[in-house]
Amino acid sequence: MTTRLLQAWNAEAFDADDVPVLPVDEFQQIVADTIAAGARVSSYSGRTDGQRTRVTAVLADDAQGRLGVLSCRVGASWPSLGAECPSIQAFEREIFEQFGVRPEGHPWLKPLRFEPPVNPNVDPWGRVARPTTIPGDYPFFRVEGEEVHEVAVGPVHAGVIEPGHFRFQCHGEHVFTLEIVLGYQHRGVEALLVGGPDRRTVTLLESVAGDTAVGNAIAHANGVEALAGFQIPARASVLRGVALELERLANHVGDLGMMAGDVGFLPTASSCGALRADFLNALAEICGNRFGRGLVVPGGTRFDLDADAASRLADKVQKAWERVEGATRLLFESPSVRNRFDGTGVVSRETCTELGLVGPAARACGVSRDVRRDHATGVFRFLHVPVVTGETGDVFARGWVRRLEAERSVEFVLRQLRALPGGPVRAPCPLPRPGRLVVSLTEGWRGELCHVVETDRDGSFLRYKLVDPSFHNWMGLALAMRGEQISDFPLCNKSFNLSYCGHDL
Amino acid sequence: MILRALFQIGILLVLPPFLLGVVNRVKAIFAGRQGPPLLQLYFDVWKLLQKGAVYSRTTTWVFRAGPIVGLAAVATAGTMLPVAGQPALFTFAGDFVLFAYLLALARFATALAALDTGSSFEGMGAAREVSFASMAEPALFLVLVVMARATGSLSLSGMLGPALAPAWRAAAPALLLSAIALFVVALAENSRIPVDDPNTHLELTMIHEVMVLDHSGPDLAFILYGASLKFFLFGALFVRLVADAGIAGIWAAEAVFVVELIGFAILVGVVESVMARLRLTRVPQMLVGASVLSVFALVLLLR
Repeated sequence: MTTRLLQAWNAEAFDADDVPVLPVDEFQQIVADTIAAGARVSSYSGRTDGQRTRVTAVLADDAQGRLGVLSCRVGASWPSLGAECPSIQAFEREIFEQFGVRPEGHPWLKPLRFEPPVNPNVDPWGRVARPTTIPGDYPFFRVEGEEVHEVAVGPVHAGVIEPGHFRFQCHGEHVFTLEIVLGYQHRGVEALLVGGPDRRTVTLLESVAGDTAVGNAIAHANGVEALAGFQIPARASVLRGVALELERLANHVGDLGMMAGDVGFLPTASSCGALRADFLNALAEICGNRFGRGLVVPGGTRFDLDADAASRLADKVQKAWERVEGATRLLFESPSVRNRFDGTGVVSRETCTELGLVGPAARACGVSRDVRRDHATGVFRFLHVPVVTGETGDVFARGWVRRLEAERSVEFVLRQLRALPGGPVRAPCPLPRPGRLVVSLTEGWRGELCHVVETDRDGSFLRYKLVDPSFHNWMGLALAMRGEQISDFPLCNKSFNLSYCGHDL
Repeated sequence: MILRALFQIGILLVLPPFLLGVVNRVKAIFAGRQGPPLLQLYFDVWKLLQKGAVYSRTTTWVFRAGPIVGLAAVATAGTMLPVAGQPALFTFAGDFVLFAYLLALARFATALAALDTGSSFEGMGAAREVSFASMAEPALFLVLVVMARATGSLSLSGMLGPALAPAWRAAAPALLLSAIALFVVALAENSRIPVDDPNTHLELTMIHEVMVLDHSGPDLAFILYGASLKFFLFGALFVRLVADAGIAGIWAAEAVFVVELIGFAILVGVVESVMARLRLTRVPQMLVGASVLSVFALVLLLR
């Protein structure tokens, strides 16, 4: 990384004034060069700065475990990097939609979340009347031709899933392109967080993506503690790690069951569905909530686990895992299942790197990328969870990586539960210091959760930028479907299992 | 005679939903669940019959005719099927052709009704259904031709009548091959796993189910009931072919027949429980495989 950007570590606060403010062309040059050199974009966000927009980029160098932070001020437009660095295209659309900074030459400038602009007087789309915010209200990409047909799915789906719109251009069963439209779940979380921390903050963050409540709470707590210059007790740090891995276990096991259900393989579908609940119940035993809500707060954890409860919990987790092993062995050893999984929805390693995919979706392509190892915080600095990678980048690899990751998580949880450090689980965390900025990364079960928090002169949140792993990965799903059978879409979708609300914020 | 005819019609009309209840129960047991009651489909049909139907403004009479024609065609086909070795209600030389094409008529009506909605899902489902049917049909005909050749009869009642037992003694390998082919066709025609998943909610993967998404109320009841009837027909054909118990008494034979049908339902349930669905592109291969088996059977008979 060049010296023109601020080098930082995960969950390590620094003065917001230390972030270099570069001219736009130099900023973009450094971003492009750093990405070309192997880094990836963790966050790329704007905030209003007088008449202009201040864009702050966080580039992650996974090999070195370092983060590079740099910023620039832009006016009404800037040249687009989207064609050169596809991983930036969604961020540029976001900045355009929120602040009206037009990326000139963007490969496909279209709304991202259909959210109203931050400054109501400047509508990026030039709508004369009140800017409408109905998602999907724009001209879709179309393939013309006699035998080409269009299939529109959603936003209301047949199953109990979140709203999103999928538009396929097909020739018979063959999919040419898939266009994904999101934004139906936009709640304006980032705006609600400004001015915090207050009593709502943790609750809000836990509901950014309901299935990643623990992950987001940890990312938030790490960030706020760093802003305050506070170190949590060791016991709290371990409990957080256990909760994070239990959340991963519940979701991975549940998803393996859902993938089995999608191919109509009943034994694994129903047993994994039930076993998911065992891991959720394990979370409930720690904090009383199956999704781990209310467990993690800045300063530590709100609940403790006594020695008896810890060993009981370990036994339960072990028993549940033994059944998961059986159910997943059946799944991955059935020829009829492997026939469906193998070679379906392939994302190549090059595409994965270009798009900056994260989490199991990236690891399934053979890209070894895991915040727990690369940018370790908390307990993961002391006890490493081995990173699992696949090779093929198909549905099988995504399923198999999750299966193996779950196994590593169980090992971690059991080991931690049987040797919890003593001491308190919570200490009063002071308020964030003014004028600080922190980048807090956490490996949620879907991948990297990125919280970039900046405090103003009073120590309240000036800008709270959230990047959910789904934000990076949705494009991966769209590309995985190219040239596939349309009937395999639900399976591909389930193998990614991305969050709609995490993307829409 | 009349009593027997009434009994045959009775079995034909009353038993089918129970068989699907058995299939679902077997699947539930494999999945470690309790599953719905065995009589659930009767409840569903009864409930739906009392409801009103919703019709989209874009549909025409074709959409409304679909379920009625579908059910009527399958039920008529049922009257040609001998039950437990007794002659069917209607029987004439070559009735198996009418039998096969009445089933095809039901599919035609359903596919037209699906296309009438103009929905892209239903169009996709109709396209899948008819393209797979075009491969299942030759397989079915080849099976029937093998049976006709083996028994020397051109009517279903003759093929599945007393001549079947001697035919098994004379040409067991051929009949066995065609029985396997018939089972594959039965799975495909009744949209069971590994061809289709009757329980999925994923429109994009459905074949048969997606064609009936827009039907409601009594129309849906007709469709559900018609589907169970079709399952019964293939089951009856299959169990008679493979398990001719050769029991003399009419009533005993009928009882054994019902037990055999339940056995067929259990078999289907087991297959559904231990297999994942095939990729759609693989379904034609399986159906062509079934046809090839029947061709081998025919070759064995003709040599």
